[in-house]
Amino acid sequence: MSIPVVIPIVTPVVTPIKNELVSGRVRSAWLFLTPMILTLLVVAAWPLARSFWFSMSDASLLHFREASFNYFQNFYHTLKMDSGATTTTGVLVDEDWWNSVWNTFRFGIVSVTLETTLGMAVALVLNANFRGRGLVRAAILVPWAIPTVVSAKIWGWMLNDQLGIVNDMLLRLHLITEKIAWVADDSYSMLAIVAVDTWKTVPFMALLILAGLQQIPGDVYEAAEVDGVHPLLVFWKITLPLVRPALMVAVIFRMLDALRIFDLIYILTPNSAKTKTMAVLSHENMIDNDRLGYGSAQSTILFLILLITVFIYIRLAKVDFEGGTQ
Amino acid sequence: MKKSLFWNVLFYVFVVFIVLQAVFPFYYAVITSFKSGTDLFNISYWPRSFTLGNYTQVLFGGNGTFINNLWNSVWISTLTVVVALFIGTTAAYALARIKFRGRGLMLMTILAVSMFPQIAVLAGLFETVNKLGINGTGWSLVFAYTIFTLPFTVWVLTTFMRELPIEMEEAAIVDGASPWVIVTKIFLPLMWPALVTTGLLAFIAAWNEYLFALTFTAGNPNARTVPVGIALLSGSDSHEIPWGLIMAASVIVTLPLIGLVLIFQRKIIAGLTAGSVKG
Repeated sequence: MSIPVVIPIVTPVVTPIKNELVSGRVRSAWLFLTPMILTLLVVAAWPLARSFWFSMSDASLLHFREASFNYFQNFYHTLKMDSGATTTTGVLVDEDWWNSVWNTFRFGIVSVTLETTLGMAVALVLNANFRGRGLVRAAILVPWAIPTVVSAKIWGWMLNDQLGIVNDMLLRLHLITEKIAWVADDSYSMLAIVAVDTWKTVPFMALLILAGLQQIPGDVYEAAEVDGVHPLLVFWKITLPLVRPALMVAVIFRMLDALRIFDLIYILTPNSAKTKTMAVLSHENMIDNDRLGYGSAQSTILFLILLITVFIYIRLAKVDFEGGTQ
Repeated sequence: MKKSLFWNVLFYVFVVFIVLQAVFPFYYAVITSFKSGTDLFNISYWPRSFTLGNYTQVLFGGNGTFINNLWNSVWISTLTVVVALFIGTTAAYALARIKFRGRGLMLMTILAVSMFPQIAVLAGLFETVNKLGINGTGWSLVFAYTIFTLPFTVWVLTTFMRELPIEMEEAAIVDGASPWVIVTKIFLPLMWPALVTTGLLAFIAAWNEYLFALTFTAGNPNARTVPVGIALLSGSDSHEIPWGLIMAASVIVTLPLIGLVLIFQRKIIAGLTAGSVKG
């Protein structure tokens, strides 16, 4: 979703009357924006600022009113014992935290790569002219429409080790020799999460990429066809470069979504250390362990990591956030 | 270019696979929801049994908890959407149609807010809803959901509004119509398809939300929304997961969404991709 381009609607002509009109319109623009700005200040900016503050406090869920400022102790703190030995505590030396960072990025990179590739494949299919195209497009909207909690439950049932239909299918196809505990077994839990997330998100990716594909003028392809260019080369040299802006924007949006994943993991594999992501761990500390300050420190780092990721991505991929031409 | 039979067959095999994998899990949830008792332990690919026991138990058992969850989800999501559309429409007009300093920055900020990781504002929101005295009520969720429905609404409506023809607006400006008149008399009548689409997408987002609902209704089961209700659904026997009930609840919650999505298919796709490819 590219940042909109400034399209001049009212061309400022240098005459006093026009200028008055323009400044009147600018005034009402701000008036129109005020309710939104005030609302966002209250529901977004203030809570975010308070979360940052909590991350530098010893707040607990039950006693957040009496929280006191403790600088960066939640992040990094060296404690001198009476015996003279020192211990370091804080998120930055917390093994569980770094495990969750690793899990989050592993999940993010694998799932987004898969979703982009499969999304591209589905988009190419939907971009072709064939009978039943409307039906396919309707069908792929189904996974998108199912609430995450519900799809986590449905897949939890399908991936059940003893009663699940997935094991049954794989056994019938002789792809596995014994039933696998996809969700409960730590060596498969991440695979299960990636699979379900991919299933749910490919439609969204496909539709975004399809919208990009449909912007490509047909005569480009006609020309390639006349010249007898191999279809794979056409894809590589024409389709991919032309769809790249839409693709890049879709990828960053998915990446941001993936790095903050919570629901699916919280429901499908709540007990697996191999799938605990930053958001899940942070929530666990804030709510279940009653360490609001410590959990907020983790969510704050998550926030910063997201910011940095976006920044690096925009630089590396040279995403055209100005929306291209115009 | 003539495609060989082989490629054609392969293409359609792929098409069939796409459709099957997309709809199979929901289909399987439906046939599971009609099973009860030991029938659940027999894996079947086709509907074999048909009992409505799970549905009646979900809807009318458990002191009407699930009905209560449904009602909560309905009013909370609806109110959130109404608030977002109400505040969002005028803001979108200003952002789409009036050139002013700071517009780009404003749009960038709105986009950034819609991308906020919810967990990063959770602690602060928890405190805020406590101070407002609405923790544990549906109002806390209406409050919290505005953080993502409002930026989203503004963003999509801005994209839609930018595409409306400018001639009528110019004529109105020449006639001396104020921006307020332009929004209400000229844009709103043209905007209703966009409002429906945006509202629908925001509604789905609010309906599906889990993290805030889980956290803010933890102390009050009466305020729970459907996703929380389904996640916590347990049967009479605490050792066994009541898959039949869960699947029945899942179908009840999902069917209206799938219906809406299929009816408004084209509009939803337009809304989802709004602004992603067009400058």
